[in-house]
Order: sequence, then C-alpha cells, then structure tokens
Amino acid sequence: MADKPIEGEKKAFMTGNEVVAWAALAAGAEIMYGYPITPQNEIMHYWTRLAPKFNRKFLQTEDELSAGFTTIGGVLAGKRAFTATAGPGNTLMQEPMSMAEMMRLPTVVVIQQRGGPSTATVIYSQQEVTMTTYGGNGEGLRIVYSTSNHQELFDYTIKAFNTAWKYRFPTFILGDGYQAKMRESLTIYDPEVRGIEMVPTTPYVLRPGQIGVNREPNHLRNTYNTEEELYEVLQKHISAYNEVAPEIVEYQEFGTEDAEIVVVSHGVVFRSCKGAVQELREEGLRVGYFRPITLRPFPGEQLRKVAERARMLLIVESAYGQLAKLVKDAIFGCSVRIEGLFKPGVGITSEEVVTKVKELL
Amino acid sequence: MSNHELPRMPKSWRLESKPHKFCPGCGHGLVLKALGMAIDELGIQDRVVFGCDIGCSLLAWDFFNVDTIQTHHGRTTPVVTGVKRANPEAIVIAYMGDGGGYAIGSQHLVNAAARNELITAILVNNTNYGMTGGQMAPTTLPGQKTETTPYGRDVKEAGYPTQGPEMVAAIAREGAYVARGTIANLKQLTRFIKKALQNQMEGRGFSFVEVLSACPTNWRTNAKDTWEFVEKEMTKYFKVGEIKVPAAEGGETDE
Ligand code: SF4
Repeated sequence: MADKPIEGEKKAFMTGNEVVAWAALAAGAEIMYGYPITPQNEIMHYWTRLAPKFNRKFLQTEDELSAGFTTIGGVLAGKRAFTATAGPGNTLMQEPMSMAEMMRLPTVVVIQQRGGPSTATVIYSQQEVTMTTYGGNGEGLRIVYSTSNHQELFDYTIKAFNTAWKYRFPTFILGDGYQAKMRESLTIYDPEVRGIEMVPTTPYVLRPGQIGVNREPNHLRNTYNTEEELYEVLQKHISAYNEVAPEIVEYQEFGTEDAEIVVVSHGVVFRSCKGAVQELREEGLRVGYFRPITLRPFPGEQLRKVAERARMLLIVESAYGQLAKLVKDAIFGCSVRIEGLFKPGVGITSEEVVTKVKELL
Repeated sequence: MSNHELPRMPKSWRLESKPHKFCPGCGHGLVLKALGMAIDELGIQDRVVFGCDIGCSLLAWDFFNVDTIQTHHGRTTPVVTGVKRANPEAIVIAYMGDGGGYAIGSQHLVNAAARNELITAILVNNTNYGMTGGQMAPTTLPGQKTETTPYGRDVKEAGYPTQGPEMVAAIAREGAYVARGTIANLKQLTRFIKKALQNQMEGRGFSFVEVLSACPTNWRTNAKDTWEFVEKEMTKYFKVGEIKVPAAEGGETDE
C-alpha cells in the first residue's frame, strides 16, 4: 500500500471532480459518504478507485439525507469525513447540515452547482448560493468557499478540512458543473511540502478511557426545552462565529482605488469578470473588480470600503440576484448605485461583461 | 408478566437524569430498562454509541451513562451507520419510534437492512405519534382513534399497520437478527436486545428489535386498559417472537 497519495508536488491536467478526490486524499480525508447526482458523480468515481489504495473508505447511501447524516456520524467518530452533492441533492443536504450547524460539527461538503430550481439542468449554475450559505432552519453559521479554477478547487478542498476542524463549523466548497467537468492544469501536492499542517481530529464519542473511571460519557443533542436554553446556546455559537469570521474571510480586489465601476462576482464567473476588467483597463477605463472567496462569512467590511469609493457596483452572476442579496446585505446604507448582469443557470463570457460595463459607463 | 424479577436500575443508567422524563406509565422506560440490562450483561458500556431519534425517543438523550447522540426525526439509522463505518469498534444503537422508523425514516431502515449494516436498531411501537400529540402512525391499529383518525383508522383510506420486523426480515440477508418483543415480557425483551447486540458485536449482520409498547397519555387509558391494549389488541396484528435468526443461533417464539 502506497504511503502518501501525492509525493511532493506534481503537475496535473484533470477534471475538477478528479481534483476534489485527489485533494481530499491529500488532506487525509478518511471516509466519503455519497449519493449519485450529476455533476458531482466523478468525485465518487475517483474516490472509490483511489481510496482503497490508501486505506480510505466509502459508503454509497440511499439518498443525500443519509449521505449527510452518515457524514455527521463519521465526524462524530473523529474522522475527516466528507460528502459531495448538487442541486436537489443540496436541498436534501440542508437537513443534515442544519444539525451540523446546531452542534457545530466539522462536516465538509462539496457542492457542484447545477441549474435550478427543481431538477432543471445537470449542467451549471450559481443558483445554490442562498441555500449553501443560509440553507436549513438556521442562521447560516457555516463557512462557504467559492472556487473559480482547478488550482483553487485543490487548495480550498484541503483548506476546508482544516477550517472545519479548527473552527468547528460545517464547511462547504462551492463549485459548479463547469468546474466539475472541465479539464485544466494545476499543481497537486502533499500539503506537508507546502508547510500546511493538517488540524488534528478528535472523536466526540468513544474517547479513550473508561466511563465512570477516567472519562465521562458525552451526551450530544440538538433539541432544547425552553426558549432561554436555545437562546443561550445560539448566542454562544453566533458570537463564536462572529469572533472567528475575520480570520476566515478571503477575497480579491483589483483597481478598486480609482474605479468608477467595480464588478462584483464569485466562482467561475469571476474568471470572465477578471478578463473583462483587464481588457477595459487596457482601454484606459476606470473599472475594477471585487471577488469574495468566502461567501460565508462574507467580506462585508472590505466590500463596503470599495463601495463607498465607487460610483457603481455591477454584480455579475449565473443566478437571479443571489450574490446580489449578500452584497446588498453587507453594504446596507451605502449610496452606491447597484446594477446586475444576472443569467440564472447560464454561463457568462467576458465579452458580455465588457459590453455591459460599456453600456453603464 | 414477570417484570418484578428484574433489578431496579441497570448500572448503565444515568442516576442524575432519573426519575426519567417520560409520562407516568409510558413504555419507553421499560424498553430502556431492558436495553440497560442488556448493556450491563454484555459489559459494553464503554463501547456503546446510543443514537436516539426525535419523538418521545429523544427524551432518552441523557438516559444512559453511555455516549449518546440525539439526532433528527428518522435519521438515527444513518447517523449511527456513519459512526460504525468510520469506527468499526463501536457498538451502535439506533433508538426510534414507529414514525421515525416506518414513516419518515423508512428508506434508511430498509437500506441499512439491505446492506446488512452492522448496527442494532430498536424501534418502539406504541401505535401513534406520542410527542406531537397522538396522530396516526404507520402502526395504528384498524379502527383505532387518533388525532388524525378521529373516527378510527379506516384501512381503505389509510392502509393496514406496517409489519416492520416482517418487512426487515424479508429484506435482510443471512446473518441478520430480527425480533419483536413486548414490554409485557421484559425478560424476553432483554434477551432479544442482548442477542441483537451480540449479533452486531460478532459481525454477523443487521439487527432489529421492534418493541410493543404503551402510550397511556395519548391512548387515554388507565393502567388496566393500557396493559390490555398492549397484550390483547396489539398482538392481534403484531406477533411477538424472533422472526429471523442467524443460522448459528436457535430461535424462540412466544408460543
Ligand atoms: S406521550 Fe406517550 S410515548 Fe410519549 S412519553 Fe408520554 S406516554 Fe410515553
């Protein structure tokens, strides 16, 4: 049996789903639980081929409810456990993830967004933003990384396990059908050679020792009897979340010091926007971009600073205003003009962004 | 009934959470007594992960001095499956009601049985949804009045009571253990639960015990009528005994 899935560093050319499987292996994920849904299937296909070689496990469950709840079981047993889903599967996944949120469990879930609502398309969208950031009957106490290319998919899948186990909030990688299915070059690596230390995991149940002698049994629950009891628990969770949020927040910005129009986008759409902004800059136009990498917690303060200087924000997304809601919420009270280029369930090219910006300038 | 022969409180019970939170006369306390006895007899307190469902089962969340996970309605089977798959040393128990096991979580029960998961599921059948105030459950008897069948369960509209263990036995493969016990015979019930746990420990297969139980609060019955219902009415539809035992084991029935 091979020692490490990846020795040192390697150039690779592969699909995003394959990237996720390799990243999870490199991160030391011990078990994947999954249910088939397009466009995430190949994560399971690669995982089931690779995992046995490195003594890792897989369970194919009966649905996404079960995939989410078994992932919770794996985490409670103290293992780096994960699952992957999309679209209607993500809808079902919100039930187990609300339990993970209530109990602050370090689950890792990879979402490859597909068209919605309903079954819609198996292809692509950015329509699972609201659900992934604020889904379930809760307060959105989660961490959501929105990746834009295969290198990030690899980097942030590894990071997701560490963020989850360090902060103990359910953590999501938000990809999409394009990233899932496209082939792209990247460098895959053993986290150790990059100086990345994997956060150790600890079991919630069956800790070492003997009950009544040198250990207490753990009683874990998500049900409370009184409003006060729940309020107290939630206050603790919310303040813990707010306290660590500044350490977790990630974003990129360019040209925002003097930009008249700042293009705001995330995920794969950011690539088109970045290209468009570079082109417009070359033409001497004062345009910049802002890209949240974490959609939860959202880089609200950072965006507010940008919004206060700019004349206009152009929000571009393959959804009908889901990112826009996060933006408006973050910069509430700011008088910047907000425009949108919304194409729910459809890809967006940089030409379209260039045209839109020129219309608005 | 031979319940008086059992000791008062199993060692694996948590003293701090007694007296327990169930209604007076509730069957849950008896089922958990049988489970506590089985855990004690097997000496497995340190290896058990006890999962409890939503419904009155959730009141068991601090019942034992064993690691406990209170989950969502119907989802205890996948949670303990996840624990077991990740840590095969664990002895996992999914404790649920008839609504959790046969309605909202039936896909999990069926598929865990089909995969022959090495878990032990214990399902309390009290013919109604107790915690939500006495609605019809999959196990409600024909003609039985509940909050959602105020004129009695009409089998033409709502079907017949789910035959849970029979269904599980039909799906499960060799190595599975399936039985139906009753709170009216705690010694036998303790034996069934003990065998179900041993079956998991020996890696033979899925183990399932349904228990005929009582919900006097929603049945609105006095002690005498409660026992009559458990012993006489429920047994008309639900046959007590072992339904599937691994070839290595000898079976027993209630006859
Ligand atoms: S409602 Fe019924 S099942 Fe629930 S605790 Fe009371 S008697 Fe027991």
